[in-house]
Amino acid sequence: MTHTQKRIMTNNIVMVLSTLSALLGLGFLFWILGVLVFNGIEALNMNIFIYEGAPAGYEESGLKQALVGQLLIVLYATAVGVPLGVLSGTYLSEYGQSSKLSEVIRDISDIMMSAPSIVIGAFVYAIIVIPMGHFSGYAGAAALAIIMVPIILRTTDDMLQLVPSTLREAAFALGAPKYKVIIQVVYRGAKAGILTGILLAIARVAGETAPLLFTSFNDNFMNTDMNEAMASLTVTMYNYATSPYEDWQRLGWAAAFILSMFILGLNIIGRLFLLRKRGQ
Amino acid sequence: MATIVNVPEEKILHVNHFEFTYAGSDTPNIKTLSMPIAKNCITALIGPSGCGKTTLLRAFNRMHDLYPGNTYAGEILFEGRNILDTKEDLIALRSKIGMIFQKPTAFPMSIFDNVAYGLRLQGIKNRSEVSDRVEKALKDAAIWKEVNSRLKHDANGLSGGQQQRLCIARAIAVEPEILLFDEPTSALDPISTQGIEILVSELKERVSIVIVTHNMQQAARVSDYTGFMYLGELIELGRTEELFVTPKEKLTEEYITGKFG
Repeated sequence: MTHTQKRIMTNNIVMVLSTLSALLGLGFLFWILGVLVFNGIEALNMNIFIYEGAPAGYEESGLKQALVGQLLIVLYATAVGVPLGVLSGTYLSEYGQSSKLSEVIRDISDIMMSAPSIVIGAFVYAIIVIPMGHFSGYAGAAALAIIMVPIILRTTDDMLQLVPSTLREAAFALGAPKYKVIIQVVYRGAKAGILTGILLAIARVAGETAPLLFTSFNDNFMNTDMNEAMASLTVTMYNYATSPYEDWQRLGWAAAFILSMFILGLNIIGRLFLLRKRGQ
Repeated sequence: MATIVNVPEEKILHVNHFEFTYAGSDTPNIKTLSMPIAKNCITALIGPSGCGKTTLLRAFNRMHDLYPGNTYAGEILFEGRNILDTKEDLIALRSKIGMIFQKPTAFPMSIFDNVAYGLRLQGIKNRSEVSDRVEKALKDAAIWKEVNSRLKHDANGLSGGQQQRLCIARAIAVEPEILLFDEPTSALDPISTQGIEILVSELKERVSIVIVTHNMQQAARVSDYTGFMYLGELIELGRTEELFVTPKEKLTEEYITGKFG
């Protein structure tokens, strides 16, 4: 065998191996999605959106309380997490720049991003749930907000730093004060990136179960009082899927399907923003 | 000391024993530099890379203050004040001394909003006044015909040369006293460059202009006065045709004949 033939053969072997591993990974992904879609669509019906939870065996049972609870918790978490994340990212990029303090904040937020979410749940349990004496939607939202902040902070910081410094200088050279330069010029330049970061952060926390288990806990009935224990799709899914009743398991599949579609939707919208930005 | 010859009486800026040191530098990057900048004329600053010409230009509107640790000494007189004074109102100063950068810096907003930006900063809210002044600035910057049908479009859709003229329109809309050009054509093609040069020559009737350029032909074509800088010092300043034809300093002669740089 000549040297060239050997090289071609090695090339072919590596190509086949890497293609096979890619297909293996994709195979599992589509298997999961397939099972989810198959069981999820089968379990979907109007009752899910109309009725609250009910004892097993009841025809009129649904996921209304979990859908509403999930939306409320994520909404409150977003209302707290987004401004905190965007403002602190702005501080890092525009004011702190490469100062010691900024570097420490960046490192800590990187560590927080990889902290197990159940640890954050335990933290909120200790500082909110125990002093208040009961589970609450607020505690759940607080846990999710804590998970959101470092993600949004880092993307905001990165996206703002991508805005060329000459653009800032040009605005300063026209006599603009710093806050106007940031709001009117720098934010505009980084809009698509920051928005994508926010959407991906929402998608990330929407799928969290562990931090909600001991903060917002669960509720089988409709509740819009954030000061009370509250249902969420993830915790409901966990409870129903591990139950022995077939109709509850079906509700679990429906919850999994709805949640996955929501997160998939957010991801697609986020990516579309970035694509449109690149297209400019 | 620099050789300074034949500079007119009327000056817009007077640089007096100016010294500048970048953050982290042990020695001054510009050393005791003195020079007058003539009013309603075009002054070109030439010199090899790193000679401090852009550094000097960026001191005129205190751009160096955006980054911590840079220090000034000496004085730059403008309208009877030393603009290096720590109490100087930089926002007011920069609205009187505008700047055009090496690369076009169109803001991520519409063509109209780009030009209106400086006007709105000055608190001009009246819609018809804003749109009149935007139109006038775009006409003065010789770009009105190309953009008048698409004022609401994103400014980033314009070509490089158009964006640079848009930036000039944005800078002249606020009617500054001085315009600083930092190598404004180094990122442009020859035809766009010619357009900018013609525009700069026309503008001097209304504003005083300082232009930093790497291109000696450009300095010779557009400027009335030329200053040659080397290693952070001004070597020679004089009428452009004299400096290029009969330079007084040996260093100047060597630079303009291409012996170094």
